Formats: sequence, C-alpha cells, structure tokens
Amino acid sequence: MSAVTVLTDAHRAARVAAEVPDPELPMLTLADLGVLRDVEVAPDGTVVAALTPTYSGCPAMAEMRADVAARLRAAGFPRVEIRTVLDPPWTTDWITPEGRRKLAEHGIAPPGPAPRRAAGPVPLVLTTIRRAVACPRCGSADTEETSRFAATSCKALWRCRACLEPFEYVKEI
Amino acid sequence: MSDEHVYLSLAEGHDDSDARWAFGTGFEDPLHGVDTAVPEGVDAAELAAHCLALGDDALVAAQRLAEWCTRAPELEEEVALANIGLDLLGQARLLYSRAGQVDGTGRDEDAYAYLRDPADFRNVRLAELPCGDFAFSMARLLVTSSWRLAVFERLARTAQDPVLAAIAAKGVNELTYHRQYAAEWTVRLGDGTEESHRRMRAGLEQTAPYLEELFTAAATCGADPAGVRHEVTAALRQVTEAAGLPAVEAEPLPGHGREGDRTEHLAPLLAELQGIARAHPGAVW
Repeated sequence: MSAVTVLTDAHRAARVAAEVPDPELPMLTLADLGVLRDVEVAPDGTVVAALTPTYSGCPAMAEMRADVAARLRAAGFPRVEIRTVLDPPWTTDWITPEGRRKLAEHGIAPPGPAPRRAAGPVPLVLTTIRRAVACPRCGSADTEETSRFAATSCKALWRCRACLEPFEYVKEI
Repeated sequence: MSDEHVYLSLAEGHDDSDARWAFGTGFEDPLHGVDTAVPEGVDAAELAAHCLALGDDALVAAQRLAEWCTRAPELEEEVALANIGLDLLGQARLLYSRAGQVDGTGRDEDAYAYLRDPADFRNVRLAELPCGDFAFSMARLLVTSSWRLAVFERLARTAQDPVLAAIAAKGVNELTYHRQYAAEWTVRLGDGTEESHRRMRAGLEQTAPYLEELFTAAATCGADPAGVRHEVTAALRQVTEAAGLPAVEAEPLPGHGREGDRTEHLAPLLAELQGIARAHPGAVW
C-alpha cells in the first residue's frame, strides 16, 4: 500500500465516522456532538476510531460504537476497532458551532459555556443563578426552567413566557 | 438484523451490531478499548476493592432511585430521579469493569451486579435503606451526593490509577447536578410548610446514624477522609441553615458496610435486582 493510499483512506475513514448521526439527537453527527475523538488507519488497514461518552450512564454509547463500526465496514473498511476514551471527560463545550446551529434549528436550545471551576472542592450555590436561555422558536429571552432533567440526561425542560411553547435545552456540563 | 426471526437475530452473535442495554443482551464492557494496564506502584487488590465499594454504592443507590418510577410526586421529579439513577448506574458499570480488570478474576460487570450475595456487597449502609418518603429520599441523596462528589473530586486529582481518576473526573460534573437537586429540595421542604419541614427534618435525622461510616478511610476509597469529612459537613451545614433545619447529628451506628455489615434491607433489594439473572443464568434474548 503506497503512502498516498494510506492518507486517502485515513481521510475517507475519518469522514465516514464523522457523519454517523447521534442515536438520541439524530440531527447531530457524532462529530457535531464532539464525541468522536480520533480516527486513524493502522498500517495493516485497521481503522481505529476513538469515542468518548457524554454521561457515564449514556445508554447510547453501545449504539454509537456499533453504528460507527457498521458504517465503516459498509464503506469498505473490513477491520474496525473502536476505543473508548474517558480522559479528558466530555463537556458541552465539545459541541461544535455547527452542532449548536443544528440544535437550535430543531427547536433545542444549545448550551452556554460549560462551568469552569478551579481545582478543589466544588462550591455549592443555593441562590438561583439566572441563566439567559433564548427560546429556540421565537427568540425571546423571557424563558424559565421547568425541570433540570428531561427525556435524556443531557437536556433540561424550559418554557418560553412570550410564545408559551415548552422547549428542551442542552444543559451545560 | 438479517435473520428472519427477530428474537433469534437479537440473540445471535452477541456482538456490537445487536447491542442493547439490559441483562442478557450483550451490551457489556463499558471500558471497551480503554488501556487497562495497572500502573506500577498501584496495589491491584486495593484498587479493585475501591472500585468495587464505589460501584456497590452506586448500583444500590441507582436501584433505590429506580423504585421511584411511577411513584414520584410529580412527573418532573420522577424524570429527575431516574436520570440521577442512570448516571449512578453508568458509574457503577465503569467501576465494576475496572474492578474485574484488576482483581485477577476477569469478571464482567454482570458478575458483580447479579451474581454476588448480600454479604459480598461493600456499599455504605445508608445506600440500602428503603426509599421512605420523598423527604427521606432527598435527605439521603443530599448526604450521599455531597459525599460522593467530595470523594470523586479528590480521586480525579489524586488517584494513582488513571482509569479510576478518569471515571471520577467524569462523575464530578454529574454529581454536582445531583447535589444541587437534593440541596434545593431540602431547602424547599425545610423552609416550606409545617408538614414539609417536619418530614424533611425527620428524613435528615434518619440519615444521621449512618454519617460517621462515610468518613472512615475504608469508606473514602483512597480520598483523604479528613478532607471529605470537612467538605461534606460544611455542605450539609450550608443547606440545613438555609432550610431552617437543625444540623445532622446522632450517635453513629456500630459496624461498617465496607466490611460487609448489612442492614436487613439489602437482601430484598438484591432479590429483585438479581431475580431474572439468577433464574436464567447466562440467558440471552
């Protein structure tokens, strides 16, 4: 196999893996979500793709693994290896600008910047922190949280007080 | 799925392509493809014991939280409790997988969750107490999430095993949400009506005899026990003061969950959790 072929294969494999849709937020690709950490082609032709879980209990992880492997095999890479990467942990900051745009387009408010904290004990704040989440339908900032937990771990439930529509919000983590 | 018979094809092969998340469906090894070597200088038996203890805390807590499904006071709270349980279940799976890699037995997560007897469990006893009312469940979640957050935050920085450190680092953000949820409910109920105050106070009082167990070296699994005690006590005081509730204090219970001392409540919990797996060992569907 020539060097040129290897390079082309690596690009092609990376593109195939990047375009796999997320099982729970299918408007996003795994690359948009930021869970596809790396795709490489080993000298023997094995494609090695590295994935990271969003939440520890994310039940979609096995499906993501299976989907990436199946798509790569269908694209002509018979040998596929999926690695799990835990470090550094995924945060919502890994969602790409393109991913955020697609979320908003589908009526899901994208997350703000993930909380940054200094090393050491995590402070407990009991006063309500007012977040400005714009309604993904009408754009109004007059919105309120109805539940911090929603149909999936990564989302919260919100309501717009201007257009009265409920909406989901990918919460910062 | 190429097979004509859907059940056959689900059971077939047991590989990634048919993976589903439940006993017998072949979704295993959440640490798939992670570098599993034990670093030099790390005591494998001790590391395995820590992973097992923290995994047992999480599995038992997740099972108790799942008991709220269809019974929570509001749909939103039900979803929240299920989400928190799911996070803990995920942490348990990662920790069991790590334990199996380093304790020399090569057991998978199912072997730890489904095939051990109550006496083999090493969770703290607070985790296994029955759900009680919503106030007790919030009191317990406040204590256990404050404690687990303090432990995980330290392990993320100081654990010599990079896999345990990574599992802990991942859990810190999740546990921050859990503690926040429990703290807000404790304040809301403590500072609410006479009845909600009474029940929140009773819930916290019920956790008190189990607190001391959390602050021993055996409980904190390699995280500095004095630091954990200081942090958790301060967080609890912050919440109870805001809620207008007395500090959580009581004579500690003798014995220790990490040494295998159990309450009478773990056996029935495990009977339900393990029933299908024990009735049909090795079954797939």
